Amino acid sequence: MSIRVIKQGMLDVFQDDGRYGYQHLGINPGGVMDAVALRIGNALVLNSWNEAVLEMHFPAPELLFEQDAFIALSGADFSASIDGYNIPLNHPVSVKKGAILSFLKPVAGIRTYLSVYGGFVLQEWLRSCSTNLQCGKGGYFGRQLKTNDVILFKRAFNHSKGHASRQFYVYPFSANTTGLYCNNNIRMVAGPHFMQLKLEDKNNFEKKPFTISNNSNRMGYRLKADALSLMNELNLISTGVTRGTIQLLPSGQLIVLMADHQTTGGYPIIGNVISADFSALAQTKPSQEIQFLLTDLSTAQKALIDQQQHLLQVQNACTFQLKELL
Amino acid sequence: MKNAYELYLLGDSAITIQFGNAINEKTNNKVQSLLKLIKEAPFAGVKDLVPAYASLTIVYDPTEIFNLCQADENTPDCLERLLTSYIGKIEASGKTERRRMRIPVCYHTSLAPDIEWLAATHHLSVSDIGELHCSVSYLVYMIGFLPGFPYMATVDERIATPRKPEPRNRVEAGSVGIAGNQTGIYPFASPGGWQIIGRTPLRLFNAETDIPALLQPGDEVLFYPISLDEFNRLSAA
Repeated sequence: MSIRVIKQGMLDVFQDDGRYGYQHLGINPGGVMDAVALRIGNALVLNSWNEAVLEMHFPAPELLFEQDAFIALSGADFSASIDGYNIPLNHPVSVKKGAILSFLKPVAGIRTYLSVYGGFVLQEWLRSCSTNLQCGKGGYFGRQLKTNDVILFKRAFNHSKGHASRQFYVYPFSANTTGLYCNNNIRMVAGPHFMQLKLEDKNNFEKKPFTISNNSNRMGYRLKADALSLMNELNLISTGVTRGTIQLLPSGQLIVLMADHQTTGGYPIIGNVISADFSALAQTKPSQEIQFLLTDLSTAQKALIDQQQHLLQVQNACTFQLKELL
Repeated sequence: MKNAYELYLLGDSAITIQFGNAINEKTNNKVQSLLKLIKEAPFAGVKDLVPAYASLTIVYDPTEIFNLCQADENTPDCLERLLTSYIGKIEASGKTERRRMRIPVCYHTSLAPDIEWLAATHHLSVSDIGELHCSVSYLVYMIGFLPGFPYMATVDERIATPRKPEPRNRVEAGSVGIAGNQTGIYPFASPGGWQIIGRTPLRLFNAETDIPALLQPGDEVLFYPISLDEFNRLSAA
């Protein structure tokens, strides 16, 4: 009941929905960058929605199944293959012992997720299995995966239900992800200092393209555009910040705080990416452009509720489709 | 006007209550008191409470808040209604009890890369810096920047010093620094811009314990000087 890392990827870390309740101690929530993929991936293998999954970046790892497994891939399309055959995203896949999963090239998105039926055996720290690299805790011994690591599954699975001769079997139904990821127009709610922007910056804000800089990671996305400025210099003291907070740096550039954000910050807060659009942003790669759309709280909420309804439908569909198979 | 405050949204999942924009004990007491009140009787959906100098940020599950809304009430109004009831109780919750923490610091130049520069700048001796740093007790206003990093104030004005113009690539774990009139301790080795005047052998953050941070918001901290020998002995322990 395990997978072995034959070749490590650039950054392979286990994450769940994050570690909440400890930000007053400076411990960031972490968690998956793409929360839609977490829910889709777990739905496809009949896990509870918050079971930890493996978040992988490109170059992604090569993984050997040391036992039969029931898996799904969600999030980015890295052109996954098992023993040379293409494995589609967002489908449940039954895998035979000895199969090797690898990823050929990034096609769309920048983080792909592996979920496994029953979940992985991981280290829980402060009520979450998310990997906190800074503290070296949670997930797989608090670190990213390395070549030769072996990760156990919590539950056994038998591949030999009618397709034992094949190395893998892709179930002929998929999770419908249409509309779950917005395009490059990222919606935001204005923050306390948005109105302090210079008039032209304020007026042009939604028309302005922002390029995601290469210096972007799980902590923050740095954006590049013509420098923004405030009407007056603000002398701010540090306050709490959160996932999706858009800060204005002294250079006039923006940074969007991502999963591994610091818990407090002292830069002006221009706005906050709405929760429903966060996953799309997390899948947008450096050098791509985004534009912000200002929206209000009720729209943000409605978008999130619609998204959660959709994910619930996916979950129900998976339970229905797979109930006889397991 | 005693509890004058502003509320602002951080998107759809967090809200901040700000009691002005000043760093002082009185304001921070309101933050601590509000934190305690919400912690003791949280409303549904509260995921995290992040106290800072003069503000408290509440991270919440938006769908839970949605369910708490009364007829014709939108979420900001609902949050305001919920929070006002706590804010109204701030005064009644009385004087803040503080946990007192004593922290040994070695001010030896080998552990304090900025102490000589600081002494020269302020026309003081190296030992004056340590003495003045130990001369008052500090309030832990907030934890932030790194897990377990305490922002403490107020340092004696004779040693108050702005951050370094260029942050160091690596500040050692346990390093005690000054930034303006604040003092802080690095729980982890990290890049950092505070002026480093000493180092503590204590572990500010221990992930193996239930409460991993040694210091918590609202603690009172008193530093006391130790020699390099003591530092080495305590570090080895």
